[in-house]
Amino acid sequence: MSNSEPLVKFENVQKSYDGEILVVKDFNLDVAQGEFVTMLGPSGSGKTTCLMMLAGFEPTTNGTIYLKNKPINNVPPHKRGIGMVFQNYALFPHMTVAENLAFPLEVRKMGKTEREAKVNRALDMVQLGEFGARRPMQLSGGQQQRVAVARSLVFDPDLVLMDEPLGALDKNLREQMQYEIKHLHEELGLTVVYVTHDQTEALTMSNRIAVFDDGVVQQCATPEDLYEKPENAFVANFIGENNRLMGSVESIDGDKVTVKTDSGDIVVASKINVNKAGERATLSLRPERIMVMPSKGKTPNTYSAKVEELIYHGDHIRTRFSVCGHDDFIVKIPNSVDNISLKEGKEVNIGWMTEDCLALDG
Amino acid sequence: MSDTSLIDSKGQLLTNDGVPLKESLRKSLRRTKIRSFLLLLTPLLFLLIMFVGPIGSLLSRSIDDININTVLPQTFAQYELWEDKSILPSEEMFAAVINDIRITHKLENSEGKNIGKNLLGKAGTRMTYEYSGWRSLLLKTVKSATSVNTRSKEEIKPYKWEAPYKEQMIKRDKRWGKLEFWQSLGAMKDPYTMGYYLNAVDLRYDANKNVIQKADHLKIYKTIWMRTLKVSLMVTIFCLILAYPVSYLLATLPMRISNLLMICVLMPFWTSLLVRIVAWMIMLQQNGVVNDTMLTVLPCIYEGPINLPFFGETNIDLCFSEEDRIPMMYNFTGTIIVMTQVLLPFMILPIYSVMRGIPPSYMKAAKNLGATPTRAFIRVYMPQSVPGVGAGCILVFIVAIGYYITPELVGGKDGLMIGNFVAREMQQTLNWGLAAAMGAILLAAVLILYWAYDRLIGIDNLKMG
Repeated sequence: MSNSEPLVKFENVQKSYDGEILVVKDFNLDVAQGEFVTMLGPSGSGKTTCLMMLAGFEPTTNGTIYLKNKPINNVPPHKRGIGMVFQNYALFPHMTVAENLAFPLEVRKMGKTEREAKVNRALDMVQLGEFGARRPMQLSGGQQQRVAVARSLVFDPDLVLMDEPLGALDKNLREQMQYEIKHLHEELGLTVVYVTHDQTEALTMSNRIAVFDDGVVQQCATPEDLYEKPENAFVANFIGENNRLMGSVESIDGDKVTVKTDSGDIVVASKINVNKAGERATLSLRPERIMVMPSKGKTPNTYSAKVEELIYHGDHIRTRFSVCGHDDFIVKIPNSVDNISLKEGKEVNIGWMTEDCLALDG
Repeated sequence: MSDTSLIDSKGQLLTNDGVPLKESLRKSLRRTKIRSFLLLLTPLLFLLIMFVGPIGSLLSRSIDDININTVLPQTFAQYELWEDKSILPSEEMFAAVINDIRITHKLENSEGKNIGKNLLGKAGTRMTYEYSGWRSLLLKTVKSATSVNTRSKEEIKPYKWEAPYKEQMIKRDKRWGKLEFWQSLGAMKDPYTMGYYLNAVDLRYDANKNVIQKADHLKIYKTIWMRTLKVSLMVTIFCLILAYPVSYLLATLPMRISNLLMICVLMPFWTSLLVRIVAWMIMLQQNGVVNDTMLTVLPCIYEGPINLPFFGETNIDLCFSEEDRIPMMYNFTGTIIVMTQVLLPFMILPIYSVMRGIPPSYMKAAKNLGATPTRAFIRVYMPQSVPGVGAGCILVFIVAIGYYITPELVGGKDGLMIGNFVAREMQQTLNWGLAAAMGAILLAAVLILYWAYDRLIGIDNLKMG
């Protein structure tokens, strides 16, 4: 996604509400034309504030936001031409669905016939062609959600913002809507900035994800990179499931690090975010990358572990081990014939590859 | 799953014990029903005793005409036989009046106390409403008709007056010879009358019980009704104009500040009505604060002749001087100003509570979709505040239409409303029937308004707060 000109550019943006606490600290982000960028983070991390600044509802305290290379700090929201899907949809309850969709066209003084054609096209796009005459209240949550999406697209904005649009839906519907929005993005070539606190949602839909914490972007990368190569302990922990072993760096050898865990075990890991010997480090291990009873010499790191708990999950068995002084070490074991011999209280060997063990900041 | 439900010969569903399902259900619900009924009993009784009873009895007075019929039964019977109503009735009718008077005069209650004289007095009052002069005529006649010959030796002393009565009565008071008095009996002969209602809207019955206009010099209520309507409408509109921006401010400001402002709105609400009205009197009277301030503050721009291009030399007065003091109290203006201020909270509170419930995201969405702030406000915010506006308007209008104390104190002559006349009929004229009829018309007006609102906007859209 390295297009020539970014559509949106945040440049050193800072935001404070009370003059004492910075909600957003030095935010920089480029969004290319046609890109789907998600701002992901726990609540209170500043992601929604960034979206509101982009939509124009909150002024930036410092820094500049560019839209198509023009600074938009002083452009009022109604002149920005940005579509937005709100968390609770904000469909106007006193208007029908068609009137809701016609509203942005009407304020742009579009003619009646053209307006109707566009509204119908937008309704068809979200498979709600027959619902134009209904009131938003008469629709189900999923249908309202689609109307909200259609309304944000009907006036062909350069950019669409979505503020946790699927938060109010139940799980199945949420997954279905994720795909629908993703397909709309691909078919129409939309540029989307999406805010969510749900990492699965972010991983499913985005081209790029900016992980927020404490007003700072911790990492901005593709979903694969975020999962496989987290740059720090927060990202590793926030994206996906993760086992953490704490320790300190013994020695660094190129891209390999030797870490002595707090329990005294020696682990060889990939160097990601550690700089020198003696530093505190967090070792990050994905539960599905741990091998149980590896053949001898296959894994450089092999340790004896005690099975604490087995939880049946159908396709896999979640197993809790205590290893390296850590009694909450989760391993996902595929539900296959080889692995049913595990019993609670049994001692087995587990091991992992150096590439799968990331040494991050402590 | 197999269907194991039992069915009896009539096709009714049975429970496992063989009892019909419906009966079993009724039994199981009976306790709950009884309990909820008992819980409801207290408010129901309260409602009956405090509202339905008194209001009903007062309203029934507006059509009740039984008293006069028990006092003068023979007279009314004769009235039915009176054919040509353009000539005086015959001797029988005169005799019937005397008979009725004599019978009623002797009526006693169970304790042996005479109540007849009181009844005759009430009847006289009632008859005066139909045609003025009846009361004095009747009471005068009662005296003559019931005086007895004291010199007679008999046990039951005979009356001085003896049949035929016609000439004696006309001789005693020539009003008995006037057709209008006799004709007015027609409006009273039925036990129920619409007379009070007609009176309340400046109409009356003629001799044949046709509804006709009152004589012009007797017409007073139509103007008052129109004024009541006008005052209520104007007060409602002014309240709305003042309350809408205030409510918007209250609803959009941060809680801390809006609570403070809310206290300012409610403060006068908690102050005695009389205190507020007196405060307005001090402000608005001829030598009051407002007039005095204008006199001091407004500069004298120009006073004297000026040469205008088309009108030639004209005298103009751009000075606010002593003789320009504006009369704002003890008139229509006074009533409007004070009532608007007094009723303002009734408008602010429902509008405010509805506006508080409008999520700010609607305005954001409208702006995001390209509407200017003004347009977003008109197209998105205002329609959603309609339930509050409707509730406020209905509330203010209903309270205003029956208002009494403010017009009484600051209304002077041309600021009086129907409520003041109801009070007058209740306290001074003692024509409770008319007062009740006016009250009933007010009630009907409010109900019609409510119904109209329901039809136009829908009563479920009404949010009182």
